Amino acid sequence: MLWAGVVLALAALPLSLSLFQVVRLTVFMVFCLLALSLDLIWGFGGILSFGQAAFFGVGGYAYGVAGINTGLSLVALVVSTAAAAALAALLGYFTFYGRVSAMYFAVITLTVTLILHQVMGTTADPRYAIGAARLGGYNGMTNIPSLALELPGRPAAVLEPVPLFYVVAGLLLAILALCRALVASPFGRVLAAIREDEGRTEMLGYDVRWRKLVVFVLSGAIAGLSGGLFAGWGNFINPQVFSLSQSALVVIWVMVGGRGTLYGAIVGALVVQFLTSYLGAASVSYTSVALGLILVTIVLLFPRGLVPALIGALARLIARPRAASEPA
Amino acid sequence: MDLLAVTAFGIVYGIATLVLLALGLAVIFGMMGVINLAQGEFLMLGAYTVLLTTAHGGSVWAGIALAPLVVGFVGVAVERTVIRFLYGRTLDTMLATWGLSLALIGIVTLGFGPTTEGIATPLGHVAVGRYSVAHYQGFVIAVALGSLGLTWGLFNWTRFGLVARATMQNASMVAGLGVNPSRVYMGTFAFGSALAGLGGAVMAPLTGVVPTFGLAFIAKIFITVIVGGPVILLGTTTAGGVLGLVESLVSYASTPIYGQVAMLVFAIVLLRLLPQGISGFWRRGV
Repeated sequence: MLWAGVVLALAALPLSLSLFQVVRLTVFMVFCLLALSLDLIWGFGGILSFGQAAFFGVGGYAYGVAGINTGLSLVALVVSTAAAAALAALLGYFTFYGRVSAMYFAVITLTVTLILHQVMGTTADPRYAIGAARLGGYNGMTNIPSLALELPGRPAAVLEPVPLFYVVAGLLLAILALCRALVASPFGRVLAAIREDEGRTEMLGYDVRWRKLVVFVLSGAIAGLSGGLFAGWGNFINPQVFSLSQSALVVIWVMVGGRGTLYGAIVGALVVQFLTSYLGAASVSYTSVALGLILVTIVLLFPRGLVPALIGALARLIARPRAASEPA
Repeated sequence: MDLLAVTAFGIVYGIATLVLLALGLAVIFGMMGVINLAQGEFLMLGAYTVLLTTAHGGSVWAGIALAPLVVGFVGVAVERTVIRFLYGRTLDTMLATWGLSLALIGIVTLGFGPTTEGIATPLGHVAVGRYSVAHYQGFVIAVALGSLGLTWGLFNWTRFGLVARATMQNASMVAGLGVNPSRVYMGTFAFGSALAGLGGAVMAPLTGVVPTFGLAFIAKIFITVIVGGPVILLGTTTAGGVLGLVESLVSYASTPIYGQVAMLVFAIVLLRLLPQGISGFWRRGV
């Protein structure tokens, strides 16, 4: 029922919104996908990865390189997902099989992101190019082809904003459904057990390292797909996607929405993005101060997430009069 | 021969900067187990202390002497308002200090602008054959050795150091013996912050001062402390030596950016082989 309602609402949205709002909502849904990828690994696997922005960025760059060289956006989307998954597999192998602790894992994923930021920033020279795609340093990669419908025997049709909205919405719903199925499956149960007590799960005979690697690669692939969609949406990507504030943003989305619910990540991403865009594109420094203070405040006051805390408070408000009227 | 001497000096200098910058984190993260992602911004605040001192007519040396005090006080403020509520919640500490890091970068950018400010490097050069070496680089090496010795002496030879090490091992036992662990945590955090302030201040004339000063170093110093492992000072120094050597060699052969990449890859492979860090199998101690 709920799903049918959501599908109907999403189908009706573009009809009632302006073109600008449709385009903006499309990119917010791309961000929702990124938030979903973090909640999958953090909320269910209990592994805090600061590197989702790295997979997002690698996905975006891979989409750009493949898209410019082949001209096929579907191929590029597959490449972006695969590239991010490959990076996640490599990183996950060394950290999980090295039995690096959760803290070290978080720090290592963050360092990888920061170093990618610096490396991509030094590629301004024209000789840094993969095929016809110039990496472009801090100015970024331009002229990335848009997402298009490519059927054999027909000319490619670039997706207009409204069809693109439906494609991204469909992908978001499909991946949300896949993630729900995954966490409800036996694999997902073991994953939750790892989150609760890694040592005990291992003593029960489950290969913890392999399962962590699998969920990390899946989460990396989703983040990479989201990065590919982002590059196709804006025809542009620059090293800013690897910056500290971008990495923090992903964590803030999930912390606002509450982790471990999947829906929460999507709500969090939408709430934070709408708020920041309504507050206006004030200077980057103000945003940075605001994001930082939000992060500190949530950790200190609402460690379980902002939306769950609000819902809890609301539920208590509703329940209180009823409790008072009951006989003592 | 000259080239060899200058290169060797450059490598020693590279290792010394890594150790100097990582020392504060080694105390805060290695001893206290607090992952302080705002450590890079503590370095940055140290650098800005030097900038402000010289801008108001003070000498660079006065700025370098002032920086540990200023950043030490910032450390006390941060510990009292944020960190002390989060002991034992490692990942939450990490998120909160990350927020702090973003906020500090934003505030300093609003106050001083996003541009890089230069500070004239004091002291001259000495000629080594056809090459020249800055005296200031020798000063950096001396400060690194000095603060390493100071930290080692503080934790091994003073009463504060003894109490601090005991508190990190068993806080409730120490509390039972009549010491307030909360104050020991505060003192240790302040000392680690002061070391970061000193490191940032010493590096300021060489790198220039910019609000994102810390970002250039944060990845490096965390990797160094993690690879260092449980024997904090000796481990960090050894890790600084190994990683600094890898970084310097690759940087000489190609560019500094590839030097950093090589260092990171080397560190991750090393952690696969030695998950406890370089000092994982050594006798425990500071």
